[in-house]
Amino acid sequence: MKYRTLLRHVREGTKNIFRNGWMTFASIAAVTTTLILVAVFLALVLNLDQMARNIEQDVQISTMIDLTADEEQIVQLGEEIEQIDGVKEVQFSSNDNELSKLIESMGDEGQAWTMFEQDNPLNHVYIVEAIEPENTEAVANQIEELENVEKVHYGKEVVEQLFQFNNYARAIGLALIIALVFTAIFLISNTIKITIIARSTEIGIQKLVGATNSFIRWPFFVEGALLGILGSIVPIAVILGGYYYVYHNFVDVITFRFVELLPFDPFAWQLSGMVLLIGALIGVWGSVMSVRKFLKV
Amino acid sequence: MITMENVSKTYSNGVTALNDISIHIERGEFVYLVGQSGAGKSSFIRLIYREVKPTKGKIIINDMDLSKLKERQVPYLRREIGVVFQDFKLLQKLTVYENVAFALEVTETSPKMIKNRVMDVLKLVGIEHKAQMIPSELSGGEQQRVAIARAIVNNPKVVIADEPTGNLDPDTSWEIMKVLEEINSKGTTIIMATHSKHIVNTIKRRVIALEDGVIVRDQQRGDYGYEV
Repeated sequence: MKYRTLLRHVREGTKNIFRNGWMTFASIAAVTTTLILVAVFLALVLNLDQMARNIEQDVQISTMIDLTADEEQIVQLGEEIEQIDGVKEVQFSSNDNELSKLIESMGDEGQAWTMFEQDNPLNHVYIVEAIEPENTEAVANQIEELENVEKVHYGKEVVEQLFQFNNYARAIGLALIIALVFTAIFLISNTIKITIIARSTEIGIQKLVGATNSFIRWPFFVEGALLGILGSIVPIAVILGGYYYVYHNFVDVITFRFVELLPFDPFAWQLSGMVLLIGALIGVWGSVMSVRKFLKV
Repeated sequence: MITMENVSKTYSNGVTALNDISIHIERGEFVYLVGQSGAGKSSFIRLIYREVKPTKGKIIINDMDLSKLKERQVPYLRREIGVVFQDFKLLQKLTVYENVAFALEVTETSPKMIKNRVMDVLKLVGIEHKAQMIPSELSGGEQQRVAIARAIVNNPKVVIADEPTGNLDPDTSWEIMKVLEEINSKGTTIIMATHSKHIVNTIKRRVIALEDGVIVRDQQRGDYGYEV
């Protein structure tokens, strides 16, 4: 296709946007509504995903070593743990280290524990991390079997529930997004179809004088893309404004150890880009779909 | 130029519009297609510009075998065939100039070429002074001139006219016939379906008469032959 022809298609597509006034407005409104919902779901799903990943990353197995074990046995245990399949990292933490962590985590009340500094009742600990967080349980079970292990700790229930919740959330979010996108495509293709019926004579004449299908389709392609892009302006504004507000007002309130929102920059921008792309795709698909049956002349 | 061999056309609703038609039309001929409504004239025309495909038989136009023509090649066939209809089929929102230029735009002709060519054909059909008007501002005869201009702007080898004077008064019809004759005199083949006994009997040319989908008469310098 010649550059000049491409310009012609862009011109025609843009002209149609204005020519179809209310229909254009209806299509854009449909895209806008859909994209706002899609953006909210995407933001939720992606943040949940990120949180889950943080938690997953945090899943550690504390292996308490028998108080009676001597230094040699402790080293041997460390080597044995390292040889278990699926173990990523093994870190030794002495009982003194554990005590100071405990004191720190308890704040002011922790001061009471300082009296144990001379006679530490805590165990030495191996902190173990699995390569795949899902394998934590299996690894923990194997460690428990080893000699000189007193007890194994990991947030068993919490971890399992979180994984499950996260999988559900992801599936539901995705299903909703897909359903929304298809609804929007359907709405657009219907609105454009109405405008095409008015233009079917025009298409018929174009075919009559020897226009190829792609020649006829191009302006619709442009029109669809423009509808999608125009429809994503408001959603992008909502994303940028809304996420900025949420991020800066709630980020302090909801920061537990692992609950952390994705940072505004670059996340909000990436989300905007995604929304723009989805909008353009919805528009193009909707319009190209609706022009298809009018090409058979 | 145009050859049909044992062509039949039966529509999906079971109506047989053409039945075993064989015909040969030479380059530069002027052919009238006559017959009552429903005799198969329109199907004959639609077969030529490949709006419909024959159920049986072979159609060759400009050395192109239509049965071997792929769907995506159809536009290129149509660029070699100009079509004129009774209801003009002009785009109401475009000016006269744009309506004609449109046929060249789809072939990606350069704007300069388009301008020259469009003005040439508008002059040929005698409507160049109304180039910037829109169709609704023109009379029926003028609109048909625009349609003819659009049909010939691509320099087609064949012009097909489906009752081009059907909506026009007798005086205007004669003017349109003059335009068609002039185009024919420059070597373009013209096939014209018509109900006008007066025209056929006055401007004597080859007459192909259809009746119930069959050619009942094919006569050089023939006459209309039906009492209406």
